Amino acid sequence: MKRYEMISIGAGPAGLAGAIEAAKRGVQVVVFDENDRPGGQLFKQIHKFFGSYEHFARIRGFNIGKQLLEEANRLGVEVFLNAVVIGVYEGLVLNVMMNNSIIEHVRAEKILVATGASENMIPFPGWTLPGVIGAGAAQTMANIHGIRPGNKILMVGSGNVGLVVSYQLLQAGCNVAAIIDAAPQIGGYGVHAAKVARYGVPFYMSHTIKAAHGKQRVEGATVIEVDKNWRPVPGTEKDFDVDTICLAVGLNPMTQLLRMSKCKMVYEPVLGGYVPAHDINQETSIPGIYAAGDVSGIEEASTAIIEGRIAGLSIAHSLGYMDTEDFLREREEQLRNLKGLRSGGHGEARGSAKEHLIQALEG
Amino acid sequence: MRIEEHPILGKFEKGRKVKFTFDGKTLEGFEGEPIAVALRSNGVMIHRYTSKRNEPRGVFCAIGRCTDCVMIVNGVPNVRTCIEPLKEGMVVETQRGKGSIKEPE
Amino acid sequence: MPKGLSQTGYISKEELEKAPGIPSAERRKKGPVAVIECIQDIPCNPCETSCPTGAITVGEDITNLPVLDEEKCVGCRSCVPICPGQAIFVVDESLDNGKATVTVPYEFLPLPEKGQTVIALDRSGKELGEAVVDSVRVSEKMDHTTLVTILVPREWSMEARGFRRK
Repeated sequence: MKRYEMISIGAGPAGLAGAIEAAKRGVQVVVFDENDRPGGQLFKQIHKFFGSYEHFARIRGFNIGKQLLEEANRLGVEVFLNAVVIGVYEGLVLNVMMNNSIIEHVRAEKILVATGASENMIPFPGWTLPGVIGAGAAQTMANIHGIRPGNKILMVGSGNVGLVVSYQLLQAGCNVAAIIDAAPQIGGYGVHAAKVARYGVPFYMSHTIKAAHGKQRVEGATVIEVDKNWRPVPGTEKDFDVDTICLAVGLNPMTQLLRMSKCKMVYEPVLGGYVPAHDINQETSIPGIYAAGDVSGIEEASTAIIEGRIAGLSIAHSLGYMDTEDFLREREEQLRNLKGLRSGGHGEARGSAKEHLIQALEG
Repeated sequence: MRIEEHPILGKFEKGRKVKFTFDGKTLEGFEGEPIAVALRSNGVMIHRYTSKRNEPRGVFCAIGRCTDCVMIVNGVPNVRTCIEPLKEGMVVETQRGKGSIKEPE
Repeated sequence: MPKGLSQTGYISKEELEKAPGIPSAERRKKGPVAVIECIQDIPCNPCETSCPTGAITVGEDITNLPVLDEEKCVGCRSCVPICPGQAIFVVDESLDNGKATVTVPYEFLPLPEKGQTVIALDRSGKELGEAVVDSVRVSEKMDHTTLVTILVPREWSMEARGFRRK
């Protein structure tokens, strides 16, 4: 059985950032990722990031991804692709399925679970028709494979994913017929909405999707207004001539491995559902198992990177590669950045929710 | 459906153009791109029909998680076409129902 | 409750008036000046460091709204491509033919050409009418954000924020 000092599960922003921070101090790190390319969701993000000038602001997501990968390579971090971690067992043992064929048993001294999140879906009549896709799927098709998912799109959901993907679909040459949301307010940043509003994309707040129409594929959609109790209001139906319906209705942390480890889980709706309790170092209730990025609460790529860094620093310190003074100083800097990103009207709620996770471990 | 030039990403790097068949019809795509992308660029949106109600299904998540896009590829059923790379001469067929595993000869 | 950005997707007149990044009508008549339409407290500050004259202040707490010092601003347009939210424009009302120019960040293809007639759009995407492309500026530093300046009737200087091909 191969032994490693640190294993990152997931080569997205959190997993890579954690691997880099630890490798910088001399920790032996490997990363397992189930996909055939690294970077997680980062390579689909073609917009310029927010945040502070010092931390990736104004740089496009995929360029941040490139930087992280280059740094990981330079530091000798080994990234295994097409490697699915299918189980975590006592003693920090993992079973990894490599290339769909062999299963390797590996053991680590420290594990960073950075498996990210998957998309939610809402069922409605016609939702199984070809042409109904997740918003992430639209991004993958347009930004990775260079193909328009459709010609006329209805976007369901006005969180940042719905807003940003709508803009990216305009850039890909699609027509976005409307953005709808059952909530009365736009969920994402106003500036993301403004970018598409000025190019004629209308917003229908307090509307949900009633049905998708079409014989063998999407040929149209009907939306309907909802009242303040979320109930559809008869007679308010509106039809849209679209060939694609994109669902951007929230993300769900992929916590299967964490739940298997039996670490303490907490239900936090603001963070997407069941997430692992973790301390200020991102360590869960199971010593040696850390969680960072969307798997520990739906946030952003910037917070994923910083959480990954904190976990990496803590791992390096606990393995004896960093003295306590350096560790505390570096961690303090990262915590300050994190606090900055979790402030303001949009960030505050996430910040409080994350505090609950830390308290849950202390309680 | 293909994006010729993207305002941020420029031109997309693709492998060489190759021929493959879909339900007996010869189509073109780029080597290495997901089979689903090659199909979509040819206007093919239906990948399979469900077992019980014979309903059409196609791509949903596009990253190999939901399995709605599975088809029979070179005789093997349940292949996730949104992540399976296209190879020259591939035989792609609409899957009806669950597909079966062929006994080794 | 009056409808604003969070309900419609575009800033209302009331919200615009309260924003600290909006220059006065007086200043706009004097020459090109930045118009920072940033009204939500998102942690973000690249605009501050992009300004060569120090006219934009966000401060230590990066959720602060950017404040524009309209006297220091020379309308150089450095901030326009930097803003990740594409919320900064440069407006010049000093032209004496009853016209004004509006510079917008643009990330679509095909790029328009100088002299081309386009249809100016307001924040809600409503068509204002015809406008002429005054300049199209591309540079590697701007990382695929192009600066397009359109010539519009002066009354549209604080309305026109996008355009489409005729």
